[in-house]
Amino acid sequence: MNGASPNPQRVLIRVENLSKNFGKLQVLRDITESIHEGEVVSIIGPSGSGKSTFLRCLNLLERPSSGRVIFEDVDLSGRHVNVDKHRQKIGMVFQLFNVFPHLTVKQNITLAPTLEKKLPKDEADRRAEELLTRVGLSDKRDEYPGRLSGGQKQRLAIVRALAMEPDVILFDEPTSALDPEMVGEVLDVIKDLAETGMTIVIVTHEMGFAREVSDRVLFMDEGRIAEQGSPDDIFKNAQNPRTIEFLSKVL
Amino acid sequence: MLHQIAALWAKYSYVFLQGLGGTMWYSLISVAFAVFFGTILAVMRLSRFKPFEWLVDGYLWIIRGTPILLQLYFFWLGVPKLLNLQIPEDVCIITALIVNASAYVCEVIRAGIQAVDYGQTEAAKSLGLSDFNAMTRIILPQAIKNILPALGNEFIVMVKQTSLASVFFLPELMTAQKTVQSATFLPLPAMIIAGLIYLFVTTVLTFGLQFFERMLHKSERSVA
Ligand SMILES: Nc1ncnc2c1ncn2[C@@H]1O[C@H](COP(=O)(O)OP(=O)(O)OP(=O)(O)O)[C@@H](O)[C@H]1O
Ligand SMILES: [Mg+2]
Repeated sequence: MNGASPNPQRVLIRVENLSKNFGKLQVLRDITESIHEGEVVSIIGPSGSGKSTFLRCLNLLERPSSGRVIFEDVDLSGRHVNVDKHRQKIGMVFQLFNVFPHLTVKQNITLAPTLEKKLPKDEADRRAEELLTRVGLSDKRDEYPGRLSGGQKQRLAIVRALAMEPDVILFDEPTSALDPEMVGEVLDVIKDLAETGMTIVIVTHEMGFAREVSDRVLFMDEGRIAEQGSPDDIFKNAQNPRTIEFLSKVL
Repeated sequence: MLHQIAALWAKYSYVFLQGLGGTMWYSLISVAFAVFFGTILAVMRLSRFKPFEWLVDGYLWIIRGTPILLQLYFFWLGVPKLLNLQIPEDVCIITALIVNASAYVCEVIRAGIQAVDYGQTEAAKSLGLSDFNAMTRIILPQAIKNILPALGNEFIVMVKQTSLASVFFLPELMTAQKTVQSATFLPLPAMIIAGLIYLFVTTVLTFGLQFFERMLHKSERSVA
């Protein structure tokens, strides 16, 4: 974000006619959608509807079978595109944290910026300290992740992504693997992040959270975005019978 | 018999020990080079570049599907003929041992890499790390815990396997044993001494390895 206020007119990620198959199984069906700068978009929907796959196509962790993913005017799915370079600007936080167990908390954060952005070590350390303070982990800086609780690991994973100064962060069910008492601390960090104007796309089963922080909610069903709208549109006034059925089960 | 063994040892211990030195040297150098080449092969095999995959699979197929003695003969006799070169015999044999061991080490390393949670690769990629940095900074450092014990086993196998070099009269323990046999016409005591030395070395190595593995697990418990 670099401090500049987001421009909600600007399309950050544009998905065009995205389809994805795993063998014969079609998981995403011709999805066209845009994510704007500064937007917080929640994706909800039944298990197996393709939410994770859609999210993972946004940073090309899954290669689209057809269609395009355009990030900041570059077609990531095109040939001869250095995807690694663009991924530096698309953070991702996983359900199972995926922190690096062989590196200390601080090294988890400084590794990518020093390696890939050639940030000087002392500058990277200073920024890591700042980020750790921000999420209440500064006393853990020299611990290995094995000593952290699930909630602490996930907060670490979030600041590890932030250290690359991404323009958008993708969250795939960031609280699903957490003990209930730790869900709040992670959601609070994401909420704070949303308030700074960070662009966020989050797959979540936390309906209260989606309702509270999202600008827009996408309901996915059978590989399509079956319905979308403001939190009120979806949670109070859903039109699609599938959305209504899904919400009646989870709310 | 015991008396003969003791007498033989008293007189020829230096021959046996020199032989042992040769055995250890061949084993060390073969495994060291095999680790280097095996790592490259494993990474090639795991890259999603098909020609590399086929190349490594073909190599593994040949090495694991033919007897090592045939491979040694091939490098001892065949390769110098093919290249029309005079190659020192020990170079031929060591090369063959390396080529053979690389195949097995490749499999050890590949298994070690594959045992690392795929989420680690995804996290590295999502941060924008290049394939090379993801492999060298994230995956290999974690794979090493799975790989090192298996490499230790590979070394123990190699200590025994270098005995095949005696077919070509290279200076190692089996050859030393043959030398003593023909000098003394006492085949059984010579064999027993060689056998005891092999047993001693492999036992010490096995215990050392077990100790080392326990240490690794301990550090893992406190870290991971
Ligand atoms: N790598 C893969 N290979 C084969 N099939 C896959 C793969 N990844 C996902 N699928 C299948 O694609 C479908 C959609 O999966 P996806 O993970 O996107 O669903 P989801 O909406 O995230 O579900 P959940 O809420 O359970 O996380 C599922 O049927 C799943 O089994
Ligand atoms: Mg999912």
